[in-house]
Amino acid sequence: MENCISFKLKVWRQQSPKAQGQFVTYDVNDIPTDTSFLEMLDILNEQLVEKGEEPIHFDHDCREGICGMCSLYINGHPHGPATGATTCQLYMRRFHDGDTITVEPWRSAAFPVIKDLMVNRNALDQIQQAGGYVSFNTGGAQDANAIPISKVAADEAMDSASCIGCGACVAACKNGSAMLFVSAKVSQFALLPQGRAEAKKRVKAMLSKMDELGFGNCTNTGACAAECPKNIKLSNIARLNREFIGAKCSD
Amino acid sequence: MEETINKTAQPMIDSKIPEGPIAEKWTNYKAHQKLVNPANKRRLDIIVVGTGLAGASAAATLGEMGFNVLNFCIQDSPRRAHSIAAQGGINAAKNYQNDGDSVYRLFYDTVKGGDYRAREANVYRLAEVSNNIIDQCVAQGVPFAREYGGLLANRSFGGAQVSRTFYAKGQTGQQLLLGAYSSLNRQINMGKVKSYNRYEMHDVVIIDGRARGIIAKNLVTGKLERFAAHAVVIATGGYGNTYFLSTNAMACNCSAAMACYRKGAMFANPAYVQIHPTCIPVHGDKQSKLTLMSESLRNDGRIWVPKNIEDAKKLQAGEIKGSDIPEEDRDYYLERRYPAFGNLVPRDVASRAAKERCDKGFGVNNTGLAVFLDFSEAINRLGIDVIRQRYGNLFDMYEEITDVNPGELANEINGEKYYNPMMIYPAIHYTMGGIWVDYELQTSVKGLFAIGECNFSDHGANRLGASALMQGLADGYFVLPYTIQNYLSDQITVPHFTTDTPEFDAAEKAVQDNLDHLMKIQGKRSVDSIHKELGHIMWEYVGMGRTKEGLETALQKLKELRNEFETNLFIPGTQEGMNNELDKAFRLRDFITMGELIAYDALSRNESCGGHFREEYQTEEGEAKRDDENYFYVSCWKYNGDDETAPTQFKEPLHYEAIKVQTRNYKS
Repeated sequence: MENCISFKLKVWRQQSPKAQGQFVTYDVNDIPTDTSFLEMLDILNEQLVEKGEEPIHFDHDCREGICGMCSLYINGHPHGPATGATTCQLYMRRFHDGDTITVEPWRSAAFPVIKDLMVNRNALDQIQQAGGYVSFNTGGAQDANAIPISKVAADEAMDSASCIGCGACVAACKNGSAMLFVSAKVSQFALLPQGRAEAKKRVKAMLSKMDELGFGNCTNTGACAAECPKNIKLSNIARLNREFIGAKCSD
Repeated sequence: MEETINKTAQPMIDSKIPEGPIAEKWTNYKAHQKLVNPANKRRLDIIVVGTGLAGASAAATLGEMGFNVLNFCIQDSPRRAHSIAAQGGINAAKNYQNDGDSVYRLFYDTVKGGDYRAREANVYRLAEVSNNIIDQCVAQGVPFAREYGGLLANRSFGGAQVSRTFYAKGQTGQQLLLGAYSSLNRQINMGKVKSYNRYEMHDVVIIDGRARGIIAKNLVTGKLERFAAHAVVIATGGYGNTYFLSTNAMACNCSAAMACYRKGAMFANPAYVQIHPTCIPVHGDKQSKLTLMSESLRNDGRIWVPKNIEDAKKLQAGEIKGSDIPEEDRDYYLERRYPAFGNLVPRDVASRAAKERCDKGFGVNNTGLAVFLDFSEAINRLGIDVIRQRYGNLFDMYEEITDVNPGELANEINGEKYYNPMMIYPAIHYTMGGIWVDYELQTSVKGLFAIGECNFSDHGANRLGASALMQGLADGYFVLPYTIQNYLSDQITVPHFTTDTPEFDAAEKAVQDNLDHLMKIQGKRSVDSIHKELGHIMWEYVGMGRTKEGLETALQKLKELRNEFETNLFIPGTQEGMNNELDKAFRLRDFITMGELIAYDALSRNESCGGHFREEYQTEEGEAKRDDENYFYVSCWKYNGDDETAPTQFKEPLHYEAIKVQTRNYKS
């Protein structure tokens, strides 16, 4: 009664950051369609290990679509063909018997390959470190209900804050820009009174760090938002631009 | 360097609970503890291992205070820690809903929820600081859910009769962790915290009886590195992955905790493992992990199985669907058995009740191991829009995994609308046991602290929903940054450490020898195949229902499994660069030791309480039967030199001053 499919998996293999990589094609047989994409890779890896070969290295952790660790460029889409879902939430019922499935790492100047499908996304952390916070020390906070915040603003801030920092937006962008990622954090704080005090400083610091780290610029193609597994909206970038212009004008 | 303090003797069980009435203990402690002045803080280095809620909040706060912090995580970024996956919410005694909540009530509910096996003073402190956590997070810009008036919204959760849970959609853990991560980033930017990503702690280094550093592996280069500090804080989470299938993330492991245990830190209450009632049922043997459906769903969802066994059989054969069964033929067994709390009974009670129904043959899927969680009544009452607003992302997640949309109208019988129910079954989720710590969160090794899920202190035998986030942040923001100063105050004259000492040499060599040994076995079995076998043994014999015979069988089987691991493991590749299989093998060795520890503890506790259910000890109605006369203690296990030898048990008796110990009752 179980539905199974067989297909070819064309995977990028690269031993180490400096090594030459290449595609290797594997025949993968009899995979139940209610297996997740990553479980399919587990099955393949188990077979590779049984043959004495090194398994395919890929990043993954929570497998619930929230940690942002999993990546993979599948058939030309970051996180594969499903919309609004990460690779770990992708199930094999999306594919067909006889398919050839191509799996690549995130490709961007700012994300060097570590091994196989694993990349270094430390640049995203560095952008956050440049200003993605409210400067507030532990202790001494006023009562949480002291400042009412409209439900609309709170909900919108929450939508922006849903970014999982996976880097799909950068991988999808032809310019390798991290604008959607940066704008999500800038928007979250711009929408909340707690974040307003440092809003100008924040937007300038985060954008300048983004430029410094080798990310490209934004040309409004919208590929980032189309591929974002958390449906972060393009309007965040508009808000970021407004915040940035406002901040520059008051310099 | 010379130690000015006496060398530590054998570990003693001294919980260091401050004097005074329960409500004044923490205030008294803070008033009289020793502090470190600002000029001296910058002379002191602290290692924090882990970047979950506890680790990130502790590292950030210690950095803010002026200490030099070295912070480690195994993922590629501190933001990935598994706290991020917590869905439902965080408890606090704010009483914003004016429904009679108070610090005392939160304290009481937590102690009762923990089946009277938690340490009273710790829990009271937890309830006390819970309100500060909410204030803190709002100030950081955490976008909690709000009402139209602009004030914070609350929902109710299992084990409580008040609405005290704050939430951010179904992503509360994410938002709280990102809040702590943002504070951490600020400290990294200011140079007070140094962040090491893709590093895994392999051992703790003890010098003259004090924790003085760690050996960590750089997972990218494959090289071992040494780090020294005046104190070491472990915030590395729980040991749920011992069971292979759990709701924990794939990389969650207990190796850091086991390293501390092997170096003399006692391990407390390992048998208390939480089995969460609302997970998506197991679907096949290729499955890598189980997905949790937030407990918040039990606010509006009703749990049921068919009344008639014939209906259950048809469901199992796939002949009918849940929505084909009309209201009068459904058995809402939680509402029937526990009228006062209904679907909101604590997790252990709900899990056992599901197992009881499925064991009797009333399971509702092809494996017979699932029950329904149904939203028909709530959707009919409130409309689909309200329900989708509350649980939309959870419904979507469920649909992506199972191909069934729980909000979809499926049937109409006699004018009554029935929507697709979810199927759920209990799964390993959280571990209440952990490294033994005193009131100051210090382990039985001086200078070694444990916070968050990896310590044992606050949840007793069972944790209530929305209390893990509360505990992680309480430890990290508000407790450890104070208590660690009491330890460090006499360390201010100890200069920064070098790692060039015989103790570091010996520790690194031992770790390297172990890794070399694992690579050299060159047997036939993959790490995962042995880990799955471990999981089967644990779930079968050390899972939801335990017996003396079963536990003895488990210990025997675990011994055989260890032998299999040591002689027939195969790891491809080399130690050069990244080698996932080697990293997993390193963790699996510790999972096997952990499995034995859970079994030893479960075998020694001849009673049923919270997450530990011994089938020999239950009432006629199938409820857990505690034995306060003989088992009113924290069970502490001390390592005996090698993994093959059974550990020694010590007991920390519990003393309750504020709460009268009684049988847990969720019926009336």
